[in-house]
Amino acid sequence: MAKGIRDKVAILGMGCAKFGERWDKDEDQLMVEAYQEALADAGIEPSQIDAAWLGAAFDAQNIGPSGIPLAMALRLPDIGVTKVENYCASGTESFRGAVYAVASGACDIALAMGAEKLKDTGYGGLPVRTRGTTHDMVGITGSAPGNFAQLASAYRGVHGVGKDDLKRAMAHVSVKSHANGAKNPKAHLQKAVTMEQVLNAPMIAEPLGLFDCCGVSDGAACAIVTTPEIARSLGKTDIVTVKALQLATSNGWEMQGSGWNGSYFHTTRVAATKAYDEAGITDPRSQLSLIEVHDCFSVTELVTMEDLHISKEGQGWRDILDGFFDADGELPCQIDGGLKCFGHPIGASGLRMIYENYLQILGRAGERQRQDSPVFALSHNLGGMPNQNVSSIAIIGRADA
Amino acid sequence: MSDFGILAFGAYVPITRLQRGAIHATNKWFASGLGGLAKGEKAVANWDEDSVTMAVEAARDVLDGIDRTRVERVVIASTTLPFADRQNAGIVKEALNLPDAVGAMDVTGSQRAATSALLAALGGTETTLLAAAEIATPKPASEREMTSGDAAAALLVGRGTPIATLVARHSVTVDFVDHFREAGAAHDYDWEARWVRDEGFARILVPAVATLLGKAGVTGDAIDRFIVPVAVKGVPEMLAKQAGIAPDAIADTLAPVLGHSGAAHPLVMLSAALETAKPGERILLASFGQGCDLMLFEVTAAIGSVKPRLGVSGWLARRVESTNYAKYLFHRGLLQLDRGMRAEHDSKTALTALWRNRKAVLGLVGGRCTKTGTVQFPKSEISVGGNDHAVGTQEDYPLAEVPATVLTWTADALTYSPDPPSYYGNIDFVGGGRMMAEFVDFAGSALDAGAQLRMMFRIKAFDENRGFRRYFWKAAPAF
Repeated sequence: MAKGIRDKVAILGMGCAKFGERWDKDEDQLMVEAYQEALADAGIEPSQIDAAWLGAAFDAQNIGPSGIPLAMALRLPDIGVTKVENYCASGTESFRGAVYAVASGACDIALAMGAEKLKDTGYGGLPVRTRGTTHDMVGITGSAPGNFAQLASAYRGVHGVGKDDLKRAMAHVSVKSHANGAKNPKAHLQKAVTMEQVLNAPMIAEPLGLFDCCGVSDGAACAIVTTPEIARSLGKTDIVTVKALQLATSNGWEMQGSGWNGSYFHTTRVAATKAYDEAGITDPRSQLSLIEVHDCFSVTELVTMEDLHISKEGQGWRDILDGFFDADGELPCQIDGGLKCFGHPIGASGLRMIYENYLQILGRAGERQRQDSPVFALSHNLGGMPNQNVSSIAIIGRADA
Repeated sequence: MSDFGILAFGAYVPITRLQRGAIHATNKWFASGLGGLAKGEKAVANWDEDSVTMAVEAARDVLDGIDRTRVERVVIASTTLPFADRQNAGIVKEALNLPDAVGAMDVTGSQRAATSALLAALGGTETTLLAAAEIATPKPASEREMTSGDAAAALLVGRGTPIATLVARHSVTVDFVDHFREAGAAHDYDWEARWVRDEGFARILVPAVATLLGKAGVTGDAIDRFIVPVAVKGVPEMLAKQAGIAPDAIADTLAPVLGHSGAAHPLVMLSAALETAKPGERILLASFGQGCDLMLFEVTAAIGSVKPRLGVSGWLARRVESTNYAKYLFHRGLLQLDRGMRAEHDSKTALTALWRNRKAVLGLVGGRCTKTGTVQFPKSEISVGGNDHAVGTQEDYPLAEVPATVLTWTADALTYSPDPPSYYGNIDFVGGGRMMAEFVDFAGSALDAGAQLRMMFRIKAFDENRGFRRYFWKAAPAF
């Protein structure tokens, strides 16, 4: 394996807009909201930014093509700006561009922005999207919940888990995220819910009910990255570095081969293994302090606990019901409310997760701050659908860890 | 004995049987006179079926166990063809994955379309696959709505070992307009039933039947089965009596269990008759529409040597009752429901890409790696991971007739479907190959991991902006 980028890049500043139904703002305004916080945190001038990346998924409906929308919104100094799209991993993908630019030495300071204005599409849930002329002729025009819901039927079959047990574990995921989101002033949904509410909610896609599905939100999140040396020269003392960045993209094996059983994300397993190697983590269950995973749906979070090699295969649902991933559990997952309640503006989500991990490591997470000084924090995105997807993992941590 | 004739037969009847009582229950405030017809049920096609998809299923029924390369010509007969200018028979040919070197023809414009096409096939030299299909959209609260039904039938006609040969034929052509439908119009316009009976069936069919019997050199009592595809009660009996045909020779019109399937109905009834025909039986087939076509067949000793996959009786046994008249109206475009924003998705088809991928899209042809034997869908230049990543090694591998099982599934209430919830999931073909498929004809509870499947040719999406319909294969419960 390549040497990797562990500790080569530091996060200089981060910012995040309030997520939600931002009827009052355009996407450029949301980006500025996140940018101003990040810029102030970084303590630099805009003229010091060497390059920028913009992650956005649903360009046709709102932001438009190319890097121009970001360059114009932030009035960047005529630098190179690249727009990236990789489904729900688009935010982490923009981070990857900025981090790799710094790690390579091509840039001293780079900016990553992720943004999405879903509430201007008019849809409840994600808009219907083409996947290209050829795919549209043979593929399914299903919905995101419909695609992810299929994990449940396969998981039950593979692991012999009863329908009610799985539904309760899924419900626990949602109850937990709602409880966490209630403590987060930037979250879209800030109201706790009960197990009964979740279990009795209307069905969206069997077996996912309304509360098993994440919010569809407007939002933006931003990171400014540099080298640890430059960060120190700029006066930073408490430094958070990037420990690993890994991305795995389906090559069609899951859908066209025959080895996959439908109950897990092959790409997450691949990306996680590589990310732990890059970060030097040998036992993620004990070494990770916090995780933010792509909980687009409750069942996704459940299987992801296994794909990240934190729970044993077929046992993730038990860990969830045991409270292992609760805010006061051994390894909090979605301490900020997650996609479920912080919200899911597609292009912003990856950076929103890193933002929360960054705040927690620096002890700046307010009421929801974990008191045991987090060291390593992982964030994970999934784009696409279980049988064909992209999976990204970013691990950040204290520079001295 | 001639070696040219009907070689095999099949049919297709959609699974849904709309109860006529449910139609009447809604409409009786307005059309109480239809109460007399409010008995039994009619077969109604699903939203994703049309004359082409039904013809494909009937053709698959007839070709079960038959070498498809024998087919030299594909003919489809219907007055409800989906395309006015795109060869409908060509779509059927692609769906059946027949070689390109076959002839094809659409026959339409009359209730006699199927019998005229059959006469042409019997008078030719090529082995013809003839499929007739009809999907009617009568005006709500009309008599025709009560009596019609959707169905298809298919025959393989040609050289070989016929199960029935043509003994005599007779056609009459007169512009007797008992009903009509302008090109592009949704509904038929019907004239008074008694006039049609007395001036049409009686004055045109009665002498024509006599002429046919004369041509054949037989009398009415020589007829073992008399097929009169007419929805009006008493007409077959009247014709039989006039011709001296025994009352018990009159074939079941299938009216109570299926309805009258328009131009397809003569072939549907013939297919049903052939299921139970015995060697030596004489079958008189009639059709009516601006005149008539009449054919006298003799069943050969080969009857029983070929069987359709299901046949009319098998398809009729595969049924789900429905009393949801509103759903039927919606599926026929007769009731406007708020379909929501997801129905606005633009389903434009790139005709270039459709042409390039026609085998995969219309024929469900995947790939099989000649190096490893691994099957995949769709075919690709570099074989799928786990298959050696071999380059350029894949050969065509048809999957449409391969059984499959459910790997994953869901019932999606969010995505737009004219028949929610939308059932779909990953399926595995027996012997390899996997795809994400939509499920059709499932009563929800039967769907689970491991459930056995059979592929069916259906409409995938309508491009309402451009008037194009996209076809693909969906997975139905095995049968």
